[in-house]
Amino acid sequence: MTAQGDAVVSVEGLSVRYGDLVAVRDVSFTAAAGSVTAVLGPNGAGKTSTIEVCEGFRRATSGTVRVLGLDPAVDQARLSERMGVMLQDGGPYPSARVRDTVRHYCRLYERGVDPDALVQQVGLAERARSTYRRLSGGEKQRLSLALALAAKPEVAFLDEPTSGVDVHGRDTIRAIIRTLAAEGCAVVLATHELDEAERLADRVVIFDKGEVIADGTLDELRRGHDEIRFRSSPDIDLLAMAASIGFVVSRVGTDEYVVDAPPHPRLMAQLAGWLGDHGHPLHDVRAGAQRLEDVFRRLTSPDVSAEQDGAT
Amino acid sequence: MSRLFTQVRAELQLVARNGEQLLLTLGIPVMLLVFFSLVDVLPTGTDDPIDFLAPGVLALAVMSTAMVSLGIATGFERTYLVLKRLGATPLGRGRLIAAKIVAVVVVEVVQFAVLVPVSYALGWSPDSPNWALALAAVLVGTVAFAGIGLTMAGRLRGEINLAAQNGLYLVLLLLGGMVVPFDKLPSVLRSVALGLPSGALADVLREALTGMGERPATSWLVLAAWAVVSPLVARRLFRFH
Repeated sequence: MTAQGDAVVSVEGLSVRYGDLVAVRDVSFTAAAGSVTAVLGPNGAGKTSTIEVCEGFRRATSGTVRVLGLDPAVDQARLSERMGVMLQDGGPYPSARVRDTVRHYCRLYERGVDPDALVQQVGLAERARSTYRRLSGGEKQRLSLALALAAKPEVAFLDEPTSGVDVHGRDTIRAIIRTLAAEGCAVVLATHELDEAERLADRVVIFDKGEVIADGTLDELRRGHDEIRFRSSPDIDLLAMAASIGFVVSRVGTDEYVVDAPPHPRLMAQLAGWLGDHGHPLHDVRAGAQRLEDVFRRLTSPDVSAEQDGAT
Repeated sequence: MSRLFTQVRAELQLVARNGEQLLLTLGIPVMLLVFFSLVDVLPTGTDDPIDFLAPGVLALAVMSTAMVSLGIATGFERTYLVLKRLGATPLGRGRLIAAKIVAVVVVEVVQFAVLVPVSYALGWSPDSPNWALALAAVLVGTVAFAGIGLTMAGRLRGEINLAAQNGLYLVLLLLGGMVVPFDKLPSVLRSVALGLPSGALADVLREALTGMGERPATSWLVLAAWAVVSPLVARRLFRFH
């Protein structure tokens, strides 16, 4: 078993090509035992190709990948005994029942996991006799997670684990992922849901156009990017407000605004005062480090940033 | 070994739960056997239609299971990423394929356990049938048909594979000397039919069980060629995901 904090997944200089298309270019990162590493990125950013190389589904064009010290391309058989995999879609036999599917996987992994307890753990006990095809999207995700847990994994690759899952189901899945990491598993979480990564991740790796453009803890990624975010009426004169408070003001939604500045009390008072003087309300004020979503927007798509209406 | 057994059991459970596959592997062969042996409308060229039909329907049963049933199920498993997910378990691809082969053989044993007594009940009474040779033909035929079924399953999308497998099943059934004798086919079709795996299997089974094969030596060569080539093509073209 790997010790807490050891690099369980190690990717160095990985490139993946499909003909002329370079899907992944010179990517390097690590994922440690006992932590959740979120892999984020827009569609086509290269995260799935990278994770599939780590899982042994795909060959690297160049670079070195080690998972639990093994080369997935060569040692997938040995690796699979210690690795949990959750695909984004599909996986179980559509006509197989939930309990039968979990039992089947528990027998294949031979790790002594009790299938009934696993069904209970993912909240599917009442659906144990239903076939996979009759499950809702969220229930399918929970079953897929159960199959990953059947491995009693030392490393788990989870692709969009909360996609399509309702609020209670999300809580269940988050709790399971946290427990998994607390027990020493290295969890690699591929997700589009930044809120999910923000709640769960100890480390974030952001992909864009086949490259890693940011890699660090949430605090490291947010550092130096404080802001004040608030809602008000949709017709604020941004130029006038920016001139008054002395900082950039951007409209990021119909009635949502961001001031790119540290949330100093004097600035907060100026802001509130200007809004009050001009007859605008002030709602949902949030001051401090940027949300992961904003970090992501800042780092990835210039198109999205260009849509923002800013003024100084 | 226990993982292989686990997977075989899962494969057989799925077959047993799938009504369409049961209809294909057992229902249709039994219906064809019973109907055409009781209703003498086929130009079988024998005194009793069952003498012609029994070996042909046994060949049909092999084709149904080893090609169509295996191919359709595997095609959908590929589409639904079942194969991909199982590929990430300690089962491994080798044991997955082995489990499918064992499951096919088990289903064929059940088919024969039903079809042979039904044939005897319908009046089939072959003189000194060579069951060992028939078994060899069934095994070689199984490999040939499995290669064809898996080649299609490994390349085509689930629904297209379903349609293609069923279409091919019908063509191989009608041209395969299973229910319509080769000599009743137009000459162009007849030469094609004798080169098909279904025609070759039906012919060698008919020779082994009743001594009424049309050209058994050539049919053995044809069947063996299919049994070598089709798995090689499947191995080259099959995509697990």
